[in-house]
Amino acid sequence: MAAETKKPPALRTPRQALNKKPGSRTGDLARKISSSSVLWLLVVVYGFPTLWFVMSSFKPAGELFSYPLTFFPSRFTLDGYAEAWTKFDFAGYFVNTLIVAVGATLLTVVASAAAGYALAKYQSWWLKIFAVCIIATTMLPGETILAPLFVVVRDLGLYNNLAGVIVPAVITATGTFMFRQFFVTVPNDLLEAARIDGSGEVSTFIRIMLPLAKPIIMTLAIFSFQWRWNDYLWPLIILNDPNEFTLQIGVASIIGAQNINWSVLLGASVMSMIPLVAIYLIFQKYVMSADMNAGLKD
Amino acid sequence: MVDTAVAQPRKRRKLNSYVGAPLLFIIVNLTLFCLFFVWPAVIGLGYSFTSYTGIGDAPFVGGDNYARLMDDPAFWAALWRSVIYTATVVPLSVVAALGTAYLLVSPYTKGKGFARVIFFLPWLISPIIAGVIWRWLFGENFGLVNFIITELGFDAVPWQSNADLSLMVVIIAAVWGSTAFNMLLFVAALKNVPVSYYEAADLDGAGAWQKFRSITLPAIAPTTFIVVLLSTLHAMKEYSLIVAVNAGGPGTANNLIVQYIYQTGFRKAQIGYASAASFVLLLILMIIALIQMLANRRKES
Repeated sequence: MAAETKKPPALRTPRQALNKKPGSRTGDLARKISSSSVLWLLVVVYGFPTLWFVMSSFKPAGELFSYPLTFFPSRFTLDGYAEAWTKFDFAGYFVNTLIVAVGATLLTVVASAAAGYALAKYQSWWLKIFAVCIIATTMLPGETILAPLFVVVRDLGLYNNLAGVIVPAVITATGTFMFRQFFVTVPNDLLEAARIDGSGEVSTFIRIMLPLAKPIIMTLAIFSFQWRWNDYLWPLIILNDPNEFTLQIGVASIIGAQNINWSVLLGASVMSMIPLVAIYLIFQKYVMSADMNAGLKD
Repeated sequence: MVDTAVAQPRKRRKLNSYVGAPLLFIIVNLTLFCLFFVWPAVIGLGYSFTSYTGIGDAPFVGGDNYARLMDDPAFWAALWRSVIYTATVVPLSVVAALGTAYLLVSPYTKGKGFARVIFFLPWLISPIIAGVIWRWLFGENFGLVNFIITELGFDAVPWQSNADLSLMVVIIAAVWGSTAFNMLLFVAALKNVPVSYYEAADLDGAGAWQKFRSITLPAIAPTTFIVVLLSTLHAMKEYSLIVAVNAGGPGTANNLIVQYIYQTGFRKAQIGYASAASFVLLLILMIIALIQMLANRRKES
């Protein structure tokens, strides 16, 4: 199809067109079938584990381990979900995770947009050093300074506090450079014009530049929300009180038990996935169109 | 940075005269960077020469921690397991990501919209849940995989109690989980390969594989480099996934390096010793990054 629209027929002699088309048509069809088959096979491979997991979550507890296993539950039930909601403090963990994810996302977007803007539109030697420092944070991830980072956060009085999970996670090289890359493409004339109109630097950033960066804001917001929603190690270190647990710690605590209660585990796991899947389905275009390379190549 | 400097040499001087505004814009990130990167790195280096336990004094012990580390079989075992894990996951994940990305931009495939959502789903699922999903499939006495194997007349496979098979399940889960993000990077790169290259190759009668090898692969090389680098760094510090699949078991056979650091630092409260282990990990990550950058540079020139 693409070949037909792209190559204007006028440029070809009729004979060439006749010679070429039938052959490429059948070749195209064979390729379409083989490529699509591979694609669909991979869809099954990638989709099946989750599908099996979700189907299992609707099975009655007694049926989970009874051979022969069946794909469909003999009777659809929400018992596992109900049990996860009551026995396991799902609502509490959910709220904690939401606080962490939303709080960190708001701070991350604001901090990254401002820093990315500074790196794109101002030039000085200390900004260049700052850029290198930000890049270094990808190379020196939190895992390599786990113990001392814990000591610092504890000494700041943030141990067992959701803020202790949020604040150290705000700084991100990916986010900062996504914004830098975007603001570089915004013409400097716009900034100059605003200056001539007497607009202050900060007000220009907030009134003119931030609205322009809406797609980047959305993309980073989704990424940041996913990072924090799914984070495990750092919350585990900082949060010790079960009332402050996030969902990932909660789910992991079920696995850590001597006898895993699979019925609760399945229900809690599926419920914990719902918010991100919903966000993704609504804002898909901001994720899929994200030119992530831009942020990472620098 | 380069392009603005070249294109507008006049404005550059003007932009340079601002100090207050850019400083204000970076102040949040700058503060956090100093507080949560520089400061921990500095005191961490200090702790690595002490026997600090998290409370009280931090008695100076010189290079003892590092010397002990070199003699600690558990540390070497964890490091070696991490290396095996990384060396397996990264190539598989890169191939899977490139393959799915290629099919998603190919003009020959049908049903791309749905396929994209399914391929992307694992990215939305946390490592903990992903681990649970695969643990459920590979359960020794209850998993679907062993059910099918026994139905076919074979013996149940010890996916949890055999150390190597157990690591294999983690590797499968990791490849499944890491495909989506890398795929996103590859899709962007593949879309940027000029169509005219392929059209020219078509005229020369090049086959699909030939076109892929001599046009696509060189054109996306910078992205491949980034993907390999990020995946390697990520795999070397894997923790959550393995906790969910088998908690580094059976026993401690599959403890990876970050798990080792977590255990010594937080379960045994040996902050000083864990800091030393962290610095060794940091050094390894820096060496990996450096080697890959050098390899990339040589390939380019």
